[in-house]
Amino acid sequence: MTKEKKGTSGEALYKIFIYVVLITLAVVIIVPVAWVFLASIKQNSEFYGNPWALPAGIYWQNFVDAWNSASMGSYMLNSVLVTALSLVLLLVIALPAAYCLARFRFRGSRFLNTCFMAGLFINVNYIVVPIFLMLRDGDAWLKNLVGNGFLLNNLVVLAVVYASTALPFTIYLLSGYFATLPHDFEEAAYIDGAGYGQAMVRIIFPMAQPSIITIILFNFLSFWNEYIISMTLMSSATGQKTLPVGLLNLMQAQQSSAQYGILYAGLVLVMLPTLILYMCVQKKLTQGMTVGGLKG
Amino acid sequence: MRNSKSRGRFLALCVAPAVILYFLFMILPTLNVFRMSLFERGAYSPTETFAGMANFRALMNDTKFITAMQNTILLIVTVTIITFFFAIVFAAILTREKIKGQNFFRIVFYIPNILSVVVIAGIFSAIYKPENGMLNSILSLFKGETVMVLWKDQPMVIVSVIIAMVWQAIGYYMVMYMASMSAVPESLYESAGLDGAGRLTQFFQLTLPLIWTNIRTTLTFFIISTINMAFLFVKAMVAKGMADVGLSFMYAQKDAGLYGYSMAAGVVIFLFSFLLSALVNWVTKREVLEM
Repeated sequence: MTKEKKGTSGEALYKIFIYVVLITLAVVIIVPVAWVFLASIKQNSEFYGNPWALPAGIYWQNFVDAWNSASMGSYMLNSVLVTALSLVLLLVIALPAAYCLARFRFRGSRFLNTCFMAGLFINVNYIVVPIFLMLRDGDAWLKNLVGNGFLLNNLVVLAVVYASTALPFTIYLLSGYFATLPHDFEEAAYIDGAGYGQAMVRIIFPMAQPSIITIILFNFLSFWNEYIISMTLMSSATGQKTLPVGLLNLMQAQQSSAQYGILYAGLVLVMLPTLILYMCVQKKLTQGMTVGGLKG
Repeated sequence: MRNSKSRGRFLALCVAPAVILYFLFMILPTLNVFRMSLFERGAYSPTETFAGMANFRALMNDTKFITAMQNTILLIVTVTIITFFFAIVFAAILTREKIKGQNFFRIVFYIPNILSVVVIAGIFSAIYKPENGMLNSILSLFKGETVMVLWKDQPMVIVSVIIAMVWQAIGYYMVMYMASMSAVPESLYESAGLDGAGRLTQFFQLTLPLIWTNIRTTLTFFIISTINMAFLFVKAMVAKGMADVGLSFMYAQKDAGLYGYSMAAGVVIFLFSFLLSALVNWVTKREVLEM
């Protein structure tokens, strides 16, 4: 609309400048990620020359070595187990709780709502040390009682902690949705003879499907990528580890032994699932971030 | 069937598991952070002795903690300014101009946000490798001679962390501002254009004031999250003790078995972040413009 006022050459120059800037930024983001993918199929000798050289051939052995001798295979299995278990736990616990907190008035419901809201401001990095000490004390107590502590270095406990720390955000998001539904839905179900639980599971949860998918997406990313809690609670040198922690150990060990190929193969193993998921649902993710945001 | 007893049972069954887990793994540890900061705790035994403010007094005289807090502040200021400047400018360009491949750029810019910090640390260790890393080889190309900057050593290590953090955050905030800027009705820009306002004037007089509430909220959250992200990045990228930030200092004290001391550091950082966000909130207060 303002085209007439400015010279067309100035306009064209501005357009070109914009494209140059945008493409530069895109390159800065894509190139390092793509570089890791290419590096993961390079032989070890190729890492001493020009970093921009393309791989001489496809050297799959890196992945085999990372999977077997660097135990990335079992770390991957651990990560899959923990992520899946925490997602299931989170949904089973958070969905009914959010539904009740959003749609029923009972004694203490206001208080509980405020409590969970306050949880949005608690960051796990602060409380990871007390959680660790609590579990260690629990282990010591169990050792006295049954001769065996099993709270630390336990994948199930890790999943429970993950699910618990994700509760405030998840409940906040879900109750925001549940609160918008009219009460007629349940009333109709009650008249048809459904109980509270039936109305909730059969009528309300299917309607909440978009919110549930958003929650699964965001929490999958945060559980899969998390490493501070996992590193603290799974600290035994010989015990099981999740993928990011295993990779971190490999990175720190690799600085001396210089087996770059395996390291980059490990990096690819960690980011590939998130990238594939992102490619499938990128629309949902970039829109989902404005959920609960401002202005309509 | 639907008497108040079954209603109560249903509610209890639904809410109790969440409340129990939330109390056990969120509320209780949070209270414990504050309580333990007042105690001295043995490294291997759960015996605690009351220490009063001794932990805090020791912190104030610990030069390592002071340096860690200085690093934290440096990271907050630089990362926030760089990220927000570029995110807002790029978002304004992308939403106002008709760009070919807009969706492609949006997808690409969001990628760093879905990667684990460990992966980003791995990627950047390839970028920062001194002998034949990506960054040094590009710099060599421009200078015409071999550049050997030790990016992950003093004094460049903080700069390296800043670059990695900006790389990670910029796309997320850009996509967020694009969403809020596209809510500004086109008719406002058209009438501003008729009044003779150029692109820059439109940006400062229209776009910026209209999304100010959004910028303000995200700024506060960004500052709090930078304190946490700085910890994640330093822990994954930087050699132990090379350039601590507040929370990584806290974690190092935990590794050393000084639990009370560690938690006192946690309390100080928490209060610091709380005061800082209150301050930012107050400084950025403007009259709200409605669309």
